[in-house]
Amino acid sequence: MNAVFEAFKTRAEAVSAEVHRFKTREEGLTFILGFLKDAGVSDAPECGAVWAAGTFIDGAAKDDLKVKVPGICFDITQAASAASKVGISQLDWAISATGTLVQDASAVDKRLVSTLPPIHMAVIGTERILADMGSVLEKLRPEQLNYISFITGPSRTADIERVLTIGVHGPERLIIVVVDELQQVTA
Amino acid sequence: MSTTEFKESIATALNNGNLTGALGRFSEAYRISRAKAYEGIDFEVVRDQIEAIKCSASSRFEELAEQFKKNAEARGAKVFRTSDPAQVKQYILDLARSKGVKRVVKSKSMASEEIHLNKALEGAGMEVDETDLGEWIIQLAHQTPSHMVMPAIHMTKEEVATVFSQEVEEGQMPDIPKLVKFARAKLRPKFLQADMGISGANIAVAETGSLVIVTNEGNARLVSTLPKIHVAIVGIEKLVAMVKEIMPILTALPRSATGQLLTSYVSIISGAVPNVDGSPKELHIILMDNHRSDMAKDPMFKPALQCIRCATCLNVCPVFRLVGGHVFGKTYTGGIGTILTAWFDELKKADDIQGLCIQCGACVAVCPGKIDIPGLILELRRRLVVEKGQSMTMKAIFGVVNNRRLFHSMLRMASVTQKPFTSGRFIRHLPLFLSDMTEFRSLPAVAPSPLRDTIKKIVQPKAKEKVAFYAGCLIDFCYPEMGESLVKILNKANIEVIFPDDQTCCGAPARYNGAYETAAGNARDNIKALLEADVKYVVSACPTCTVALKHDFIETFKSLGITDAMAEAEKLSAKAIDFSTLVKKLVDEGRLTFKEGEDLGKITYHDSCHLKRTLKASEEPRELLKKAGHELTEMFECDICCGMAGSYSIKLPEISAPILERKLKNIKETGASKVVMDCPGCVMQIRGGLDKDGAPIHAEHTAESLANRFK
Repeated sequence: MNAVFEAFKTRAEAVSAEVHRFKTREEGLTFILGFLKDAGVSDAPECGAVWAAGTFIDGAAKDDLKVKVPGICFDITQAASAASKVGISQLDWAISATGTLVQDASAVDKRLVSTLPPIHMAVIGTERILADMGSVLEKLRPEQLNYISFITGPSRTADIERVLTIGVHGPERLIIVVVDELQQVTA
Repeated sequence: MSTTEFKESIATALNNGNLTGALGRFSEAYRISRAKAYEGIDFEVVRDQIEAIKCSASSRFEELAEQFKKNAEARGAKVFRTSDPAQVKQYILDLARSKGVKRVVKSKSMASEEIHLNKALEGAGMEVDETDLGEWIIQLAHQTPSHMVMPAIHMTKEEVATVFSQEVEEGQMPDIPKLVKFARAKLRPKFLQADMGISGANIAVAETGSLVIVTNEGNARLVSTLPKIHVAIVGIEKLVAMVKEIMPILTALPRSATGQLLTSYVSIISGAVPNVDGSPKELHIILMDNHRSDMAKDPMFKPALQCIRCATCLNVCPVFRLVGGHVFGKTYTGGIGTILTAWFDELKKADDIQGLCIQCGACVAVCPGKIDIPGLILELRRRLVVEKGQSMTMKAIFGVVNNRRLFHSMLRMASVTQKPFTSGRFIRHLPLFLSDMTEFRSLPAVAPSPLRDTIKKIVQPKAKEKVAFYAGCLIDFCYPEMGESLVKILNKANIEVIFPDDQTCCGAPARYNGAYETAAGNARDNIKALLEADVKYVVSACPTCTVALKHDFIETFKSLGITDAMAEAEKLSAKAIDFSTLVKKLVDEGRLTFKEGEDLGKITYHDSCHLKRTLKASEEPRELLKKAGHELTEMFECDICCGMAGSYSIKLPEISAPILERKLKNIKETGASKVVMDCPGCVMQIRGGLDKDGAPIHAEHTAESLANRFK
């Protein structure tokens, strides 16, 4: 698993994603909360964080989290997402060959939190990293799912003088939180 | 565009230093990033898969389109099929009216540009915003895309800042990160307020009714998520049968287009999803034909539907990097754009632009769809000539070329009449309308005696083994010494070289100008002349002539439906061989032995297009030259065209000249005192350029470099 993770990390970092790995869910959660505080997430206008549903967060004491970091919002709307600094979501699978995250994004809240805020934090279990796109398409099947998203690094453009610039319409930072002990239900 | 306007647009592009500078630097960086992206991937395997997938799909568009429609509709989409661009626009206008749409955001769709959709929507009073940064810039600048992947590559950051300041908000500075942030800030409210999102799609999967959309900026995700209506306009050539078939395409597309392993975002949309307010999304998919199925029915052009729109053919094209995309027209640019314009728009729109192709074949080697783009452009050229006839000048020229006796007696006469213009072996100036031809390079003078006369004076060994020598016009009449060198070398291997006197022009000039009847006449004459002698090989020291003997005679006959001469053409094809490949073979067999201990100094080698890419010989001449005792220093871009390309350098000297200039610069930078090549046409261009330039570098044919090197 370590080799697969390291391959994934190398590829993801090569496309400007930031990768952090934690053993337990608790450690991952502590990191995320610390990150939100440092990023200035608060209940002031335009300073929120939107957190989409997923096994990582569903069982947590959400009210406690809101106390720890005011500004976290679990009811996802377009307006809340557009006014947030950070969006957090759980991804279903990852691809080590390209450093890609993959998600059944049929539920609109998953897309809102990963497209509108300038920072996207993506949570994923270490055992969900697979070798290639073919392996992922056996797990997330277009036959069954209406919207599948592949995300490889933050939003980018080279449309002006071919100069690579990070962060156009999507997030300018992609922070990947990989957790070893995370029970994930196959989407 | 009239021919005058076309020539003017070329002149404008060539004089735009920003454009040629940006494209030149890009083409150099592209080669490196593409190669890096393909590390660990067998490109030939991937493109074989893409060819098979797309070829199979274009054989059954009707079936796949129906299957797609059925499957997508079962999952909540509405699918509208039409062959008519007017109906595409009407469908979207009707939909927009019925839903009260006022604001539209678009992610990139070349199909929508093909049918000028924005104009129709704006005409109906809607506000339409392109959201791909490059597309937004050119929309604001009231321009059209100059590149299929990077639409605004022709603009500098200063120009972008000016456009933003004039069209959106005053005071924008030419700082790229700030310009990008500005675009994000200005387009964000448009995404949030839009009533309709319009996108294209990179792939459409029939078995699941899925659309695959690839972007880097993330705009397609917003366009397909925020507005309550999503319309995707998809050309039917995007159809594939099965989900697993998207993988080779997604392996090649980002690597070939931008040197990425994968784009930032890939979305697979296979049905309607909930909107932000919980209501179901209206998903409309328009499968547009617009002559694509006509193209699929044309066996010659069907392979062009294997294009995945990566724009590699633009990025590696020595002409594109000089003139950019706007010269090509409004939507599709570059080599493949020329072909698509001829079909999706009309054949005569391709009349001028097909002439831009220099036929170097650089794109063929790297096309993920395995499309023979230069071959198809030649076919367009042929059809245009059939449709509107050849010009009077060309008719007169080919009338002469088609009559060997007349043609050859005129060339003999030229060796006398050229006298006022020659100095040594060069013609440096020509009067009046011919002056362009000697503006940037000197031309070779016609030799006092052609090879067909001098060869008879060479005393050859009466050997059992004979080969026939096909000289071609340049060696025969301008450079007989190249032919004499070849004879000398083959004699050392105890081979007698015979020269069939009835051989004539190989027909390449006629073929490359669309005059296939003339080319076929030349082919018949040569086949007869060259098959008369009982020889194992027909050798040529001109790669273009070798390609004619080996491939073009057959292809010309095929195009014209000539069958009676086919068997003989194939017989000749089997015997035809180029100089370096034959000599390498003789060295390997131990029939030729190099003199030992020679130190012949530093040289550089120029790969001729037809030798490297059609005849696949690039190591053979290098190995021979090194074994002879030369020190070989490779030049930058050694295999990029020198700009000669036969009559191209006469028709478009303004493009030929800067291509040659680049080649000369690369040659000079090696510090070699000699540049060697296998093609007399390249020698003519490069030697003539060096003569004008005054550089103390000698250009010669490999045969000349090797003539005295064997025991």
